[in-house]
Amino acid sequence: MAQSSVSDGIGSDSAAAPTAGGIGRAIGNRLVILVPYLWLVVFFLVPFLIVFKISLSTTAIAMPPYLPVFGLEDGISGFFANLGELTLDNYLWLTGDALYFNAYVSSIVIAAVSTVLTLAIGFPIAYGMARAPTSLRPTLLMLVILPFWTSFLIRVYAWIGILKPEGLLNQFLMWTGIIDEPLLILNTHTAIYIGIVYSYLPFMVLPLYSALEKMDYSLIEAAQDLGCPPISAFWKITFPLALPGVVAGSMLVFIPAMGEFVIPDLLGGSQTLMIGKTLWNEFFNNRDWPVSSAVAVILLLLLVVPIMLFQQAQARAQEKGR
Amino acid sequence: MNTTWSRFNIASVVLGFAFLYLPIVLLIIFSFNESKLVTVWAGFSTKWYGELFRNQGLIDAAWVTARVGFISASFATVLGTLAALALTRYTRFRGRVLFSGMVFAPLVMPEVITGLSLLLLFVAIGFDRGFVTVTLAHITFSMCFVAVVVQSRLITFDRSLEEAAMDLGATPVKTFFAITLPVILPAIISGWMLAFTLSLDDLVIASFTSGPGATTLPMKIYSQVRLGVTPEINAACTLLIAVVATGVLVASIVNKSREVQRQRDEQAAQRN
Repeated sequence: MAQSSVSDGIGSDSAAAPTAGGIGRAIGNRLVILVPYLWLVVFFLVPFLIVFKISLSTTAIAMPPYLPVFGLEDGISGFFANLGELTLDNYLWLTGDALYFNAYVSSIVIAAVSTVLTLAIGFPIAYGMARAPTSLRPTLLMLVILPFWTSFLIRVYAWIGILKPEGLLNQFLMWTGIIDEPLLILNTHTAIYIGIVYSYLPFMVLPLYSALEKMDYSLIEAAQDLGCPPISAFWKITFPLALPGVVAGSMLVFIPAMGEFVIPDLLGGSQTLMIGKTLWNEFFNNRDWPVSSAVAVILLLLLVVPIMLFQQAQARAQEKGR
Repeated sequence: MNTTWSRFNIASVVLGFAFLYLPIVLLIIFSFNESKLVTVWAGFSTKWYGELFRNQGLIDAAWVTARVGFISASFATVLGTLAALALTRYTRFRGRVLFSGMVFAPLVMPEVITGLSLLLLFVAIGFDRGFVTVTLAHITFSMCFVAVVVQSRLITFDRSLEEAAMDLGATPVKTFFAITLPVILPAIISGWMLAFTLSLDDLVIASFTSGPGATTLPMKIYSQVRLGVTPEINAACTLLIAVVATGVLVASIVNKSREVQRQRDEQAAQRN
């Protein structure tokens, strides 16, 4: 379906002149678009359609563990008979179970709070970087990106040794005499917040930095000359100008945090409810493929709005770059 | 006024970087710990590195990860570069909105969804899970990161250079290899490295799409971490960090010297 609409619709805007190389060039133009397009249709779009279909299937003790399986051997009538077997039961079941509802709500809350915390911590860092001497900026940028290149799993794992009751943070706090008893941080929501803020901080700092670096600081000086106090200068000038970076950074933190599995699993302990973890358990422990597909579809529906916001922000940034 | 402001700036940058680097530094330090207890320092020792090299399971997993990373990064770089060219050079073709959506969505898509959907695809078409399926999955999500990196370079590219080459009679293919490719090469190289590290790093998607005999290093580390933290894993992580940091450092030095060379060439050309 998508394939035919692509292949007959490719028109290049580079005004292919009817020269000797014209035909070869037209084929080349098509391939440049067609190859990545087809790849993404096969390995990105079709898989989602399959998830959607399986979310409407029923669980079965078989391999694959769901019914109906659409097979070519049944012919067209078999296809429609199978189509009639699809049900919304999985979704009804999900809405009927408070566990799933709570998991969605707590994922949204955790992702939202983490996003705000990341913004609050990331903004001063990005601002400080943007005001650093020009010669120092590439190095600072490099230092923000470097942790991103080191393994995500390792960085989350490193926090276990710091946060656990006999861990380094508690040892340090007891040594300084701030606390007498070890604090319980690992396996709580606090640990999840620390994990998410830490892991996603570069995603927040980079778009903020690129917005703040372009800012004209004489605007702030002018505001100060006119008697504007620094705090209201911040809200009236700096923050609005940084808004594209704020939106992009927040989306880059919020969306993946919603579906996060590794951080709640390693730092949050067994009691935390997050939807990515629920999906993982449903799939690997209960082996219920239709229900985990339905969990994924609802998660995706919740993320449609933020993902579109992100794409718009991205498109706007690109237009400015041109 | 100005000095306090800049002091505040310096403080936030320094504290921010301390926050980013302290956990990694502590992990590296404790990988040289004599004691089996990860959080109690009992003197310097490299014995966990020795243990590491005797752990055949970890070495096998590292080898699988390296091969998956190399193959998937290479394919992802080609596909991602094509996607970036398609997005910047062809502003209208049917399905462009869908295409750009599919390029950007995997960047933010929660890994559990990507992993689950790819697994269900492989089951639906009856493809046995293993090395190949992990590689296909990694190509798919990392090509999108390559596309974004290369695209940002292509946007600032001066197309009059290409037009000049074509006016002088170069074929489009020749123009691409003689003009376009050398200019966007740094972006392509950093795209490849990004794809490679993303593949090296991925736990969730690999867990969904891999089968028996294709356990990657993150999967191995993850299963060991769940059993309890050991200094051996600290050592494995330190080595991984060292490999990646060296790669990034070498790449940035190479990039920098190319830049310096380019500036020198330009100055020389101007003087003549």
